[in-house]
Amino acid sequence: MKRFIRESAAIVQVELIKLIRDPTEIISRAVQPLLWLVVFGQVLAQVRGIQTGQLSYLAFITPGILAQSVLFSAIFYGIAIIWERDLGVVHKLLVSPALRISLVFGKAVAAGFRGLLQATVIYLIAFVMHVSLRLDPFAIFAVLVSVMLGSGIFATFSLVIACIVKTRERFMGIGQLLTMPMFFASNAIYPLEIMPGWLRFIAQINPLTYLIDALRGLMITGGESIHGYAVDFSVLLAVFCALLFVAVKLYPTLAE
Amino acid sequence: MPDRFAIDTSELTRQFGNLTAVDHIALRVPYGEIFGLLGANGAGKSTVIKMLTTLLSPTSGTADVGGFDIIRSPADVRRRIGYVSQLLSADGALTGYENLRLSAKLYDIPATERKERIENALEFMSLVDSADKLVRTYSGGMIRRLELAQAMLHRPAILFLDEPTIGLDPVARHTVWDRLIDLRRNHGMTVLITTHDMEEAEALCDNLAILHRGKISVVGKPAELRAGLGEGANMDDVFVHYAGGSIQESGTFREIVQNRRTAHRLG
Ligand SMILES: Nc1ncnc2c1ncn2[C@@H]1O[C@H](COP(=O)(O)OP(=O)(O)O)[C@@H](O)[C@H]1O
Ligand SMILES: [Mg+2]
Repeated sequence: MKRFIRESAAIVQVELIKLIRDPTEIISRAVQPLLWLVVFGQVLAQVRGIQTGQLSYLAFITPGILAQSVLFSAIFYGIAIIWERDLGVVHKLLVSPALRISLVFGKAVAAGFRGLLQATVIYLIAFVMHVSLRLDPFAIFAVLVSVMLGSGIFATFSLVIACIVKTRERFMGIGQLLTMPMFFASNAIYPLEIMPGWLRFIAQINPLTYLIDALRGLMITGGESIHGYAVDFSVLLAVFCALLFVAVKLYPTLAE
Repeated sequence: MPDRFAIDTSELTRQFGNLTAVDHIALRVPYGEIFGLLGANGAGKSTVIKMLTTLLSPTSGTADVGGFDIIRSPADVRRRIGYVSQLLSADGALTGYENLRLSAKLYDIPATERKERIENALEFMSLVDSADKLVRTYSGGMIRRLELAQAMLHRPAILFLDEPTIGLDPVARHTVWDRLIDLRRNHGMTVLITTHDMEEAEALCDNLAILHRGKISVVGKPAELRAGLGEGANMDDVFVHYAGGSIQESGTFREIVQNRRTAHRLG
């Protein structure tokens, strides 16, 4: 266990160093959520086209946009992994005696830290736009945990896809093909109740929905988790464990 | 004496679809040798190294590396080997020191020794002045030396080097050779090196095996191999004779592109 922590921490450390050295990425990742909240959110709030109960539309989509931002940026992890494979970095990691799970888990945790930065950005935007945020320490802490878990899930998912497709070109295609439907087939920008049956079914098996459900309760004053936090976190944890399991099996094939 | 050889393969074979990239090879490398694995592009050199370093599983056959079976005890093998891949595996977004620190942690070098070991390795590879610069600003020769430093940090018994001098200028190449000779002399390190450079093979290797389409066509000392072809034969003649043609003619498009790319990044 000590070994697992030491090895994972070593991976997290180098990822964070790289992140801090190149903050342009964080800034450019902030643009998209800004557009969604300021433009899309405000326009749709004006027309009142979507019933979101007692929440304002902007408050409703704020957690959705945070989750989206986590999802989209995690997808870049797969591209980074393919890049590392082309460079031989993956080979060097795999030839070391480090546990395979440390290598994969380290990446997921690093993605989690990246997610925290995104959460900060979204909180700032939402705050400026007078979204009624819950600011009690417990709620904020729980949001950060959810965001780390969600980032870990999508980064590991992205890693699994990268291990399967192995080239950047194919990854780009698949990445687009998976992320947009995952976003639209979720409760990010409209509630589950107004979806047609088939879409609601997809949304119910989409892990993004559970992340957003938890965030909606934890971030927004008056927001509630429809499934309940126990269900949300159980689903997210189970998905994360399953993905880690698959990633540990597939990651070594990158060096072949 | 199972542990007499640093590397001992038996019937080691790897197929990719219909292609038999490595075909039932038997290779024995005694401890303390610099052993050269030669062959044209596509001969199967990298595939052999990937199997011996546990990156790729054999289709059939197996090998002992450092006294452990690569299939049954890959973790024990990994602890005893160092590897420099054909690609440039140092992380350009990190400094030389940070690259080494990552290796030190992954190889569980105790925290109390870490700093000293890293500094020694930097000194040995003449990288002290560049330790805090980003690796992407390094020259090709410096990157290779850093990779060697990473690969030897945990004092492996056996070092695997896949075309470590490809794309390097002559001065950088000689520096790498000198370091390898030092490592062998000072630490008794066993080195398995692949190359398609005859001069390198002759300058560096105690013994050579020439690989041709996945099979070993000859094993011997460089001088013996030359003598075997008669008076006045040079290493290129040896290569042409045993590897079935000159180096430039062979290799698939993908490998040539890949080697060029590595060479380009080094240049
Ligand atoms: N991952 C792979 N998938 C399919 N074919 C491969 C793979 N790796 C190597 N090969 C093929 O195996 C043969 C030997 O390759 P390799 O070991 O890289 O040769 P060398 O290192 O001697 O240039 C080549 O024909 C190559 O195309
Ligand atoms: Mg090769």
